[in-house]
Amino acid sequence: MPFMSLKFNLQKRVKLAQGLWMLYWLAVIVGIIIFSLGIFFKIELRKRSEIMDNNESHLVPNLLILLGMLSCGLNAFGGKLCHESLDPQKFSKMKPMLKPYMLLSCGFNALLLLLVLLCFLMQFAVYLTLAEGLKNAIRFYKDTDTPGRCFMKRTLDMTQIEFRCCGNNNFRDWFEVQWISNRYLDMSNDVVKDRVLSNVEGKYLMDSVPFSCCNPGSPRPCIQHHLTNNSAHYDYDHRIEELNIWNRGCHQAVFSYYSSIMNSIGALLICTIILEVRLHTGLHHRPLQPVGM
Amino acid sequence: MAVGKITFTKTEREKLAEVLWLLNWISVVTGAILFGLGLFLKIEIQKWQEVMSEQGILYVPHMLITTGLAACGINYLGSKICLDCADTNKFLRWKLVMMPYIVCTFFFTACVLAGALMCYSVRSQLEESLYLGLRNTMRFYKDTDTPGRCYLKKTLDLLQIQFQCCGNADYRDWFQIQWVSNRYLDMTDSAVVDRVRSNVDGKYLMDSVPFSCCSTLSSRPCIQHNLSNPAAHAHYDEQSQQLNLWRRGCQQALLDHYTGIMQSIGLTVLLIWLFEVLLVLTGVRYLQTAMENVIRLGDPESESEGWILENSLAETACYNFNIIKNLGKCYQVDDDPNINVPTAAADREVPSHQVRVNVAS
Repeated sequence: MPFMSLKFNLQKRVKLAQGLWMLYWLAVIVGIIIFSLGIFFKIELRKRSEIMDNNESHLVPNLLILLGMLSCGLNAFGGKLCHESLDPQKFSKMKPMLKPYMLLSCGFNALLLLLVLLCFLMQFAVYLTLAEGLKNAIRFYKDTDTPGRCFMKRTLDMTQIEFRCCGNNNFRDWFEVQWISNRYLDMSNDVVKDRVLSNVEGKYLMDSVPFSCCNPGSPRPCIQHHLTNNSAHYDYDHRIEELNIWNRGCHQAVFSYYSSIMNSIGALLICTIILEVRLHTGLHHRPLQPVGM
Repeated sequence: MAVGKITFTKTEREKLAEVLWLLNWISVVTGAILFGLGLFLKIEIQKWQEVMSEQGILYVPHMLITTGLAACGINYLGSKICLDCADTNKFLRWKLVMMPYIVCTFFFTACVLAGALMCYSVRSQLEESLYLGLRNTMRFYKDTDTPGRCYLKKTLDLLQIQFQCCGNADYRDWFQIQWVSNRYLDMTDSAVVDRVRSNVDGKYLMDSVPFSCCSTLSSRPCIQHNLSNPAAHAHYDEQSQQLNLWRRGCQQALLDHYTGIMQSIGLTVLLIWLFEVLLVLTGVRYLQTAMENVIRLGDPESESEGWILENSLAETACYNFNIIKNLGKCYQVDDDPNINVPTAAADREVPSHQVRVNVAS
């Protein structure tokens, strides 16, 4: 009878060790996924850094990359530990490394928790940076001849087309800035001169929007100019016209995109924490009675 | 004299069978790749099917899809056969299936080659289809209230934005059609009425383009109207004109896009065909002939010969041609030796002898 019970324990332990080893390698794959998500997020932030004034914070993607690599290393080592616990000779060599490894894993889990909190809190920073950045982008739209700002027009046009949005909060933001450069205005024209003089700061303001605000789904050709003047266009009422240009502001559109990325990363990190805790409790209980003894 | 004769020892035969088993599994994977490529091409064509006048080029992805599925099935069967071929007893099970299987593989590789060649030959048909389709789409651009055409405006706008193109061949194609619907024209305005009357067909034509033709690379806000008259705009010089709108025609843009995709797919399919013919088909033929010769010799341990064709190419062609010629022929009396045809010698009667039978009393 005692022999039988030992044998049962041995089989069960081997099975447990194998299951744990597979979970460790699953954790390594999750670590690789976290690493690649960090790179993806960094690239997405870089792509649109021009509309965020080039001072967006790269803290979250950098931490993701670091923790992804750390996770791969730690979990690979944990898997090796599991594998060697099946052999009593190798296990006795490994035993002194166990305690520092467990401490490192606890530290790693704490870092993961911190990163989850950052994922949800840094969204406020992104919100504020976007508001400021878009305001400046609209102001510098016309400065295609100023070094450092010559691609602002292209970036903002492509953003409005891609995210299907217009202006910062809505299309009326374009009414408050001069988005046509003086180079392309005929200053000898009386209408132009009147409009410039009627404004306190000497800006050429109009109730028009750039072409990138146009909605392709509109049944009529796009009306870009004299948007608030119903009589300028046949059969047009600006209060009920909804499909002509995009109604959403780019601030809300771009922020909801980044917000969804950060929320998904946060959810994945929570799952990773649960997996890691499960692995470490498993490893903690195992080495007290190694297989074969 | 046999074509490509090689002698195989027993171990060589077994090794060949194992290698062919692996190659057949790889072919199942390449068959799945063929299927995936066909599906991808079908989806790409259907994405912009509204700007094509006919869906004729869909036969290319359909061919790839069916060939891919056939590849998976035939090569899965092949892997089972090849695994059993290592052992002479198990081979006997498959003996009758081997020849049909090889013939099927030969025809299916011919289909793969046809699929690859189709990918390269479809360009002129695509060009014609795109030209007619885009012309019609531009004509119906304004008909957003006609059922069946209400989404053509959105499709064409998105096409011009995504592929960075304008019009069919050039942006000037928009000057020749009325792309503003009469619903949005003020017919009481004398300028509008003049313009409509001055045109033979009563169409409202202008030298303007839709907003989707505007280039995002331009350094000045987009100029859409009065394009034939550069003096109407302030400082509208040659360089501004070049960057203002997309210069490429949408027919050329789409043609380049699809030709690029189909050339890559065609190259991949050609490589798969080479792999199938040179490795799998040849290997299976050698294995089949080697195993049949072993059975003919009677000794499973002995060496046997394998070949691609038993006789030279000309003799095999003649032989097969004769088989096909005789397939339709009716039963011939002269040829069959089993029929008792009465001849002159049979007229003589053979006398019967008495046979003594000893009966035990």
